[in-house]
Formats: sequence, structure tokens, C-alpha cells
Amino acid sequence: MRDIIKMVVVLAVLGAFSGGGLALVKQGTAEKIEYQQLKFVKGPAIKEIMEGSTNDPLVDRFKLKDGDVERSFFVGVFDGKANTVAYETFGKGFGGDIGIMVGVNLDTDELLGVGVTTHSETPGLGARAKDDPSFRMQFKGMSLIDPFKVKTDGGQIDAVSGATITSQGVCAGITASSEFYKELKPQIIENAQAFAK
Amino acid sequence: MTETTLVQEFTKGLWKDIPPFRLVLGLCPILAVTKAFGTGFGMGLALTFVLVCSNVLVSALRKIIPSKVRVPCFIIIIATFVVIVELVMQAFTYPLFLTLGIFIPLIVVNCIVLGRAEAFASKQGLGRSILDGLGMGIGFTISLSVLGSIREIFGAGTWNGMEIFGPSFQPFTFMVEAPGAFVCLGLMLAIMNLFGTE
Repeated sequence: MRDIIKMVVVLAVLGAFSGGGLALVKQGTAEKIEYQQLKFVKGPAIKEIMEGSTNDPLVDRFKLKDGDVERSFFVGVFDGKANTVAYETFGKGFGGDIGIMVGVNLDTDELLGVGVTTHSETPGLGARAKDDPSFRMQFKGMSLIDPFKVKTDGGQIDAVSGATITSQGVCAGITASSEFYKELKPQIIENAQAFAK
Repeated sequence: MTETTLVQEFTKGLWKDIPPFRLVLGLCPILAVTKAFGTGFGMGLALTFVLVCSNVLVSALRKIIPSKVRVPCFIIIIATFVVIVELVMQAFTYPLFLTLGIFIPLIVVNCIVLGRAEAFASKQGLGRSILDGLGMGIGFTISLSVLGSIREIFGAGTWNGMEIFGPSFQPFTFMVEAPGAFVCLGLMLAIMNLFGTE
């Protein structure tokens, strides 16, 4: 009997200490990890979209509540005007969710650029949506208000060859994002102004 | 078992019992993360940290831990340190964390760590356990770095990202794939046996 109690106590105490210690480490590193993820996962896409901006969009960011979800917006300042934001949206791809960074001009609602952040698509096929610039460059200058569709669905976007589902996912993700963009636009403009210099 | 000196406790991990070659333990991460010098070296450091820390705790608690539940206790201790490594790596060396991926959490079930806890630290004093963990960890790091270097130099023509052969070099891509790892490991094992026969 004493043996059993000892076993339970030792295991429980060990588990408690382990849990407590890990919670501390997690808390201590949370902020650093968030920034690292921004820099290495979303950073390259944001940098490419915001090329030529005079600020650092990774630093000049704000969050807005859209129903239950919190969305991050990255502000790009061009010629002293904070008229560009980038945000991330998700579309359903072939192998799971595709994260898409969308840059949009607040004055004209035109897309400044699109970049893929995270995905689990097939290397060499769906993954080309991220690696092949000719696919994502098509979106540049298009109006975010119109729905995006690939040409096989009667739309305007050339799908990545061999990766129609991936391309459809990217289009659907961007189209879906125009919903919350329209809804939040007044708040986005208001928040973005704070970063103008 | 004859009494060994403290120096021997440390140095046995470097040559006599060098983990991947002499003990032939922990081969799964070895094959997977040695595509390049950097990843192998990073994995080695992560494992060394876990090995030393878990050896310290297991050795310090060896009289308290009931023998019937020793393995669950070891696993809790090891898993704690592995998660710490994972979080710290994410916070400071994010690209390395991305390339190592699943192999960091898999250190929990790495047989070297559990093997040392079970076979050594749970029976020996604190000082010897630290030296044992340090020696084994450094031995593992050296093995992974050497294997990673060989595979990277021949497979990609670079070392730690630096070009060494110039543009005319045709990479021997077989080396960076899984079969190349087996062949390379086997050759290294053979060479070590040639020199170190008892």
C-alpha cells in the first residue's frame, strides 16, 4: 500500500513541476516566437508585397476583431501615406489550408500583391503557387471587390498547371477575405492612419 | 564492472561508446537530419542539452523514484526538457526549428536519452552522470556534424551553406537522400571498426 502511495505522489509531483516549468518557459518565449513566426513565415510575403514602402510593415501592425476572430493587419507607408494594408486569409487547398497574404490599396481597393505564406501542397505542383511568381503576379492590380475565379470556373485567373485545386483554393481564400475587408474597412483606414508619417 | 575514472566517464562517449557508431542507437534522427552540417550540429546540441539535464535530474532523484514507475518518471523528465528545447529553438533559431521539425519532439523517445537515464544515471552519482551526459552528447554532436558535413559536401557542394567546389561541381544528389545516409553511416562504421578493434 505504501508503495502505491509513493508511486502516485512521486509521479504527481514530478508532473506538476514539469507542467509549471513548461508554462513559465512558454510564457517567457511567447512574444519572441510570435515575432519569429511573423518574420520567417509571413515576413517574406509581406516584404514582397510591400516593396518600396518606407516603413517596416512587420512592426507597424494592428489587430481588429472580426466577430470572434482577431485579424492582424500590416500597414505599408508609401510616399508618406499609410494607404496600404496586408492581411492573411485562408483557402482550402489540395493538402489542407493555404495561408495567403493579401496586400490591398485602401484608396482604390486594388490588390497590390498576393503571396502564399503557409501551405501543405504537393511539392512541384501545388507548391508552385508559392514559388512561381507568374501565378501570383496575375492578381496585381485587380479589384478586391470582384470575386476571383480560375479560368476553368469561368473566371479571370490562369491556374497553376497541374494544380487547379490549389489555384481554386487561393482564389476562394481571397474572395472570402473581401467580405471581412469590406466590413472592417472604416476601422482599417482609421487604424492605418496612425502609422502615417 | 571495474571502477572507471571521471575522465573515462567523459571520454567514453567520444570514442569508446560514441553513440551512433558504438551503441548504434538513435539512428532515426541521424538519417533524417544530417542533410547538412548545420542541421546535424543543431540537432546534436539539442540532444546534448536534453541528455545532460535529464541525466542530472534522474541521478539526483534516483533514490526517490520508485523502481516500478521509473520509466514514466524518466519520460516526464525528458519530455519536459525536450519541450523547453523546442520552445527556445522556436524563439531564437526559427529556421533551424523549421528544418528539424518533427525530430525535435521525437527526442523524447530517442533511445540514447532513455538508455543513458536507465542504464547509467539511475545508478550513478550526480557528477558522473553529468560527465556521462556531456560526453555522450558531444560524441553524438560530433558524429552528426561529421556525417552532415560529408553528405552536404558531396551532395550539395557546400559546407554550412558556403560554396566550396565552385560552379563546375556536379552535386552527387544521392548523398542527401535517405539511401546516401545509410551508405555513409555504414562506411563510417566500417572505418571506425577498422581502427578501433578490441
